[in-house]
Amino acid sequence: MRGLLQIAVVVAVLAAVPLVVQSNTTLNFLVVTLLIALAGQGWNILGGYGGQYSFGHAAFFGTGAYVTAILQVRYGVNAWLAFGAGIVLGAAVGGVIGALTFRAGLRGSYFALVSLAFAEVLRIVASVAPITGAGVGTLVKLDLRVEALQFQSRAVFYWVILALVAVSLLVAQRLERTRFGTWLIAVRENEDAAKALGVNATQVKLGAMVISAAITAAAGCFYTQYFLFVDSGIAFGTRMSIEALLTPIIGGAGTVFGPLLGALVVQALGEGAKLVAGDAPGLSLIVYGCVLVLVIAFAPRGLIGLVETIYRRVARPTKREAAHD
Amino acid sequence: MFSPVILITAILNGLLTGAVYALVALGLTLIYGVLHIINFAHGALLSAALFAAFFAFHLLGLDPYLAALLIAPIFFGFGYALQRLIIGPVSHGDDRNMLLVTLGLSVVIENVLLYAFRADTRTIDLPYAFQTIDLGFTFLPIPRLIGFCLVFAVALVLWAIMRRTDVGKAIRAVAKEKLGAQLAGIDVAHIYAITFGLGTACVAIAACLLIPTYYVNPTVGDAFVLIAFTIVVLGGMGSVPGALVGGLLIGVVESLSGLFLGESLGQIGIFLIFIAVLLVRPTGLFGARA
Amino acid sequence: MPDRKSPFTRREFIASSALVGAASLAMPSILRAQGAGVKLGILHPVSGALSYSGTQGRLGATLAIEEINAAGGIKGLGKIDPLLGDALSTPEGGTAEVEKMNSAGVAAIVGGYASAVCLAVSQAASRYDLPYVVDVGVADSIVTRGLKNTFRFGPGFGVIAKTALENLAAINDAAGKPAKTVMIVHEDSLFGSGLAKLLNAQLPAHGFQILETIPHPTPTRDFNNVVLKIKAQNPDLVIPADYYNEYVLLARTMQQQKVKPKGIYSVLGGAASSYKFVKEFPEAAKYIMDCNHWFDPRNPKALALKKKVEDKGQFYTYEVYMNYSCVMLVADALARAGSADRAKLTAALESSTFSGHVMPYGPTKFVNGQNQGAAPVNTQVLDNDIKVVLPANFAQAKPVFPMPA
Repeated sequence: MRGLLQIAVVVAVLAAVPLVVQSNTTLNFLVVTLLIALAGQGWNILGGYGGQYSFGHAAFFGTGAYVTAILQVRYGVNAWLAFGAGIVLGAAVGGVIGALTFRAGLRGSYFALVSLAFAEVLRIVASVAPITGAGVGTLVKLDLRVEALQFQSRAVFYWVILALVAVSLLVAQRLERTRFGTWLIAVRENEDAAKALGVNATQVKLGAMVISAAITAAAGCFYTQYFLFVDSGIAFGTRMSIEALLTPIIGGAGTVFGPLLGALVVQALGEGAKLVAGDAPGLSLIVYGCVLVLVIAFAPRGLIGLVETIYRRVARPTKREAAHD
Repeated sequence: MFSPVILITAILNGLLTGAVYALVALGLTLIYGVLHIINFAHGALLSAALFAAFFAFHLLGLDPYLAALLIAPIFFGFGYALQRLIIGPVSHGDDRNMLLVTLGLSVVIENVLLYAFRADTRTIDLPYAFQTIDLGFTFLPIPRLIGFCLVFAVALVLWAIMRRTDVGKAIRAVAKEKLGAQLAGIDVAHIYAITFGLGTACVAIAACLLIPTYYVNPTVGDAFVLIAFTIVVLGGMGSVPGALVGGLLIGVVESLSGLFLGESLGQIGIFLIFIAVLLVRPTGLFGARA
Repeated sequence: MPDRKSPFTRREFIASSALVGAASLAMPSILRAQGAGVKLGILHPVSGALSYSGTQGRLGATLAIEEINAAGGIKGLGKIDPLLGDALSTPEGGTAEVEKMNSAGVAAIVGGYASAVCLAVSQAASRYDLPYVVDVGVADSIVTRGLKNTFRFGPGFGVIAKTALENLAAINDAAGKPAKTVMIVHEDSLFGSGLAKLLNAQLPAHGFQILETIPHPTPTRDFNNVVLKIKAQNPDLVIPADYYNEYVLLARTMQQQKVKPKGIYSVLGGAASSYKFVKEFPEAAKYIMDCNHWFDPRNPKALALKKKVEDKGQFYTYEVYMNYSCVMLVADALARAGSADRAKLTAALESSTFSGHVMPYGPTKFVNGQNQGAAPVNTQVLDNDIKVVLPANFAQAKPVFPMPA
């Protein structure tokens, strides 16, 4: 139960932030950070635990975002229902893509590229289809009521996204404890060996893909409610795919808190680089890119891995442990 | 619905465009074939090379085709250094890390370009940029025709390097059996860096062929990368002839699907082929290895 | 080329967000007290996909502020202290900057540029009743959402399309109706698609037959097929609505394939009224007409600003003079409000009759946040220069149509 306790403590601490911090600047920063953490946690289920590196998680993010927007704007569906529908349809898209690719036995770079291609196809379709508003995008009406899932206070938005992140943390934590999760990790470590032991690898990967897609889609649904506007570049552009993959990898892929930590660090790094580099266009991103390379150089298992290594060395600095890295 | 004249012209256009795609993909497939990484910095390197070609023309007055002789070796060195000094050591030999490092590098390169040259679009105006050959039913632009021929020349040179030189043999040995090559005394880190350098040189030449009819800004390379990935997959990852044929094929497909579906939706044709190839025959047209 | 939607690139993946705790602590140092003064948020996408336009917009705004401050600032309030923000070409980036600027205590925000950014910024600013002046963003939804704090100084889509059509009909009629058939080539995001839709609906009523409408993505690498279609159908008139890069490629490819329609009439054409394009490709640019944002060529202030910008080695693009005008507009409202109070400033903007700008709009008059006098003008590339040809009261030359062979 140590895992559950950790999650409870982290979520409780985060939930208390708006009680202390009044600054909307900071709250907005945290909302976006948690949004990315949520998208990253989705990726982490499939990529971190399952070892399937997707480069196209924008497919799910975008589906969630568009479904939430379109159902409200075109069909007058209640925002809460639209939000739920976005998650369900995002998971469905995950199911279809997973069924096609995993049945075909695609792994590694091939899976990465095909997932990227699916997201691109969706982006192109969204940029021409009338139902998405084509190039114009879809604008959700500003309507600051609880029924419309829009809130005057940034703090409420913050708690909503925090609740979603909490659920995603629990999902990841459960995954580590269930037979399904064990199978998934076995597939990551050695798919052929797992198969030999009777694990239905395709089925397991497909299941992970659906859960993964649902979580990332939830991030997309939230994006729509928070920014009230979505177009094909925002929804299905490569940017979200890459952020969803980068945060867990930097934080620590295949760990419960990796995506959350990664999102905090990546976002803070972006801001920090801006502060250091000032206004010159590009300079902050140069700093950012350099730090990214440095993180990979010195913390190849992500920051959580780095922390564990340091902890072990400090706590039990035996020769064998030190040699281990 | 379209007259044969239009169809033929569209196919010719596709072949001319596809040749340049092929050259970009050639660099990518070479790197993939040996290092087994998807080089995300490829687009950024293309942008950098386009700037190099632009400034070679503007500051030194060098014709882009001549500039290729200067820029290709420089970029070979640059690519070699990138792999030897940064990508290799930083990634600890882990494929996923290599991928992330190239991602980080692409961010750095693009933004160095943005910082140094700003975001505005630059073009060069060559006296022969608008000259064409009159085929009766259409005009073939001379710069693109030159580009088309040079792509094949480059591919031939590359093929000769791979087949006829010791370095080429070493590269093929490393690609096939890294551990064995190492045991046979081949310096794998050096070969990796050479391969990366060759891939980068391909991009540099592609830039010199593009600049007479295209433009340059810090993000211009991105537009070619997804296409290049598609070609690499279609041709079979790591296959040089595959990249060449794949590039021409994709050029024609893009051209025709643009004609029939419109330029917007037409882009989808490329990705559908891409997905279909991966699902049905992931080794591509020429790939041997899964 | 207003309102480019950003095709997100890897470069932007840091996504830009708001501020870390450390940053909010650092904030007071940015706000270092300068005695009396007014803080003004200047928000543009200076990095990311739209960075060229964003940088140009920032240039215009800062030139205006320098000018105001050199003349002693705003009467009774002191100098303007600009807070420069980077919207990173994304809605998230814009929102985060609004939060920062709000907590820094700005009196108003000017800028936005892209419609998607403007929508996000207006919405975030409305939470604080913070006055926001849109510089370019042409989507009409920006001002039709009923946000009290949002003002658009320039014209929206509806007005631009209407003016473009009327002027086209006028030019064609004056020349004896040589043009009957039309092809439209447009980029497929918000601005191009929106325009194409309006043009398709209204061109037939003016007696034009639309042969084909060709959308294309941004970026498009090759225009040979598009030109091929144009060549095959041989329209009298080609109407492009593209961003700068694609416009240049299209015009060059048309020149290469020797396609010479009777006229090229663009609407918000990316390069058609760009000094840069005319300078770099004088042949391809010849006689191209455009209906676009443009300064008042008879206004000495506009010409002085042009010289200033060109002396800095920059091109005098519409982002520059529109942002210059927007800042001047806010400065005027601040002086009349006599305070940086947001409600008073909003009221002052609502009742603005400002005419000290450099645009051919006449006195400012906002109705529901939209400046009623705002309209595009028609320009044509003549004698290696860009001349206003319509409306008649601003015109420097008569339109040359059809193009001489």
